[in-house]
Amino acid sequence: MCGIVGLFLKTRSLQPQLGAMVAPMLAIMGDRGPDSAGFAVYGQPRDRRIKFTVRLTDPHAAGALAEALEAFPGEPASIMLRASHAVIAIPDTAQDHLRTLLRQFDPHIQLVSAGRRMEIYKEVGRPEIVADLFGLSDMGGTHAVGHTRMATESSVTTKGAHPFSTAIDQCLVHNGSLSNHNAVRRMLEREGLSFETENDSEVAAGYLTWRLREGLSLREALEASLKDLDGFYTFLVGTEKGFAVLRDPIACKPAVMAETDDYVAFGSEYRALAGLPGIEHARAFEPEPGIVYAWEHA
Amino acid sequence: MTTHIDLAHTTVRALNGELHLLAAGTNQPAWRIENPQGKHAIAAGLDAPVTVEIHGHVGYYCAGMNKHATVIVHGNAGVGVAENMMSGLVRVNGDASQSAGSSGRGGLLVIEGNASARCGISLKGLDIVVKGSIGPMSAFMAQAGALVVLGDAGEHLGDSLYEARIFVRGTVKSLGADCVETEPEEEDLTVLKDVLARAGIADDVHSDEFRLYRSARTLYHFHVDNAGAY
Repeated sequence: MCGIVGLFLKTRSLQPQLGAMVAPMLAIMGDRGPDSAGFAVYGQPRDRRIKFTVRLTDPHAAGALAEALEAFPGEPASIMLRASHAVIAIPDTAQDHLRTLLRQFDPHIQLVSAGRRMEIYKEVGRPEIVADLFGLSDMGGTHAVGHTRMATESSVTTKGAHPFSTAIDQCLVHNGSLSNHNAVRRMLEREGLSFETENDSEVAAGYLTWRLREGLSLREALEASLKDLDGFYTFLVGTEKGFAVLRDPIACKPAVMAETDDYVAFGSEYRALAGLPGIEHARAFEPEPGIVYAWEHA
Repeated sequence: MTTHIDLAHTTVRALNGELHLLAAGTNQPAWRIENPQGKHAIAAGLDAPVTVEIHGHVGYYCAGMNKHATVIVHGNAGVGVAENMMSGLVRVNGDASQSAGSSGRGGLLVIEGNASARCGISLKGLDIVVKGSIGPMSAFMAQAGALVVLGDAGEHLGDSLYEARIFVRGTVKSLGADCVETEPEEEDLTVLKDVLARAGIADDVHSDEFRLYRSARTLYHFHVDNAGAY
């Protein structure tokens, strides 16, 4: 089944409350996806810094990782711990160096996301517990996407939880099931992409990354996916500036959106949106099948 | 006297449990439900001539399987509103999500706004009036009853239709397999006028403003020449 939520804030003064608004949305969608959950939060970028979110194989190794980062050359790396995840911020130019350092520190360390704005957190467990674990309610930002998973295509692991990120500041959450993901994965691997899981949704994320890399806009990339990805799906795609929604051409999976002067909200069900401020006066609508909807901050 | 229920403090299960105990002649004929918050299956399975008014948006399967009751939603309805209803009246004052009135067997469903995809799928005798427009794949395999649309219809209207009647006042984006426009006969117009009258709009909307879509009956039995259309 799975549940998806998303919130795009138009009003700047709401930004400190982003996480507090999204956490209950995620918890309610636990009914649709009780086995794992994850979310991407987009905050303000810091000058020439990039953030890597990593999942530690052993949370007790955080101290040792912080120590290893002390030897980071040039501008110092900063590290912030949130449960099993650590967010490491480094100068933009030192990405390769950090990747090497992480591999040397622990070959099994999981790189969850990289972004100037985006941080991704995901774990196995009830969505409300996962949200609490990482302190989602205290996180601020401009927009966020979240997912509650009921696994169908691959096993219940942290790696199999959404969002999937295959490029800087890009992520995807998916409700549905793709039937041609193995063929598309092979094609993408020939194009130089690599995948962490056997999961169909990661292939969808990789597909969009590939199309964007080839020069398409996000809207064009999603429109191309209508032809190339076979199956049923509702996609919610997070980018540096906003998010986009696409449902398969026969709209197998539910989606409802609500827009006010303050925000654009997405939910698999209206229940997820019912607690948002001013929702009773929002313009509520269902995205039409096969049509790309996108919102971006200027 | 109206019985008030606030779903911020009562579960849907408890509410439906109370509603299911009602019988004809009950001294609780009117119910007002507050704070539905998109919850599922509100007022599903009613079997008594009572009126339930819900103030706010409802989730999936609201008023499903309805018998005899009048259920009015002052808001939008989620997937499958009035699915499989048997009799009575269900009215949605806002928009309805997918599969509104699916498999409905009798009674009347009125949607004041728009209905999205698959409205009246597998219709089996229920009459549906949508004052706005309907989404794609509506009335798929509809067997009996009437779907009356004052606005427009989306793609693949009436695919694999059986004996239901589809009346559309606006435009139809495309017709599904085996669905054709036909000239309405006296019996069709009688049906349409009856539905408009029951929906309370006979004075505002005239039966000659509609086009009728019915089954061409070429897919009833397997024929190898039709293999591509199945």
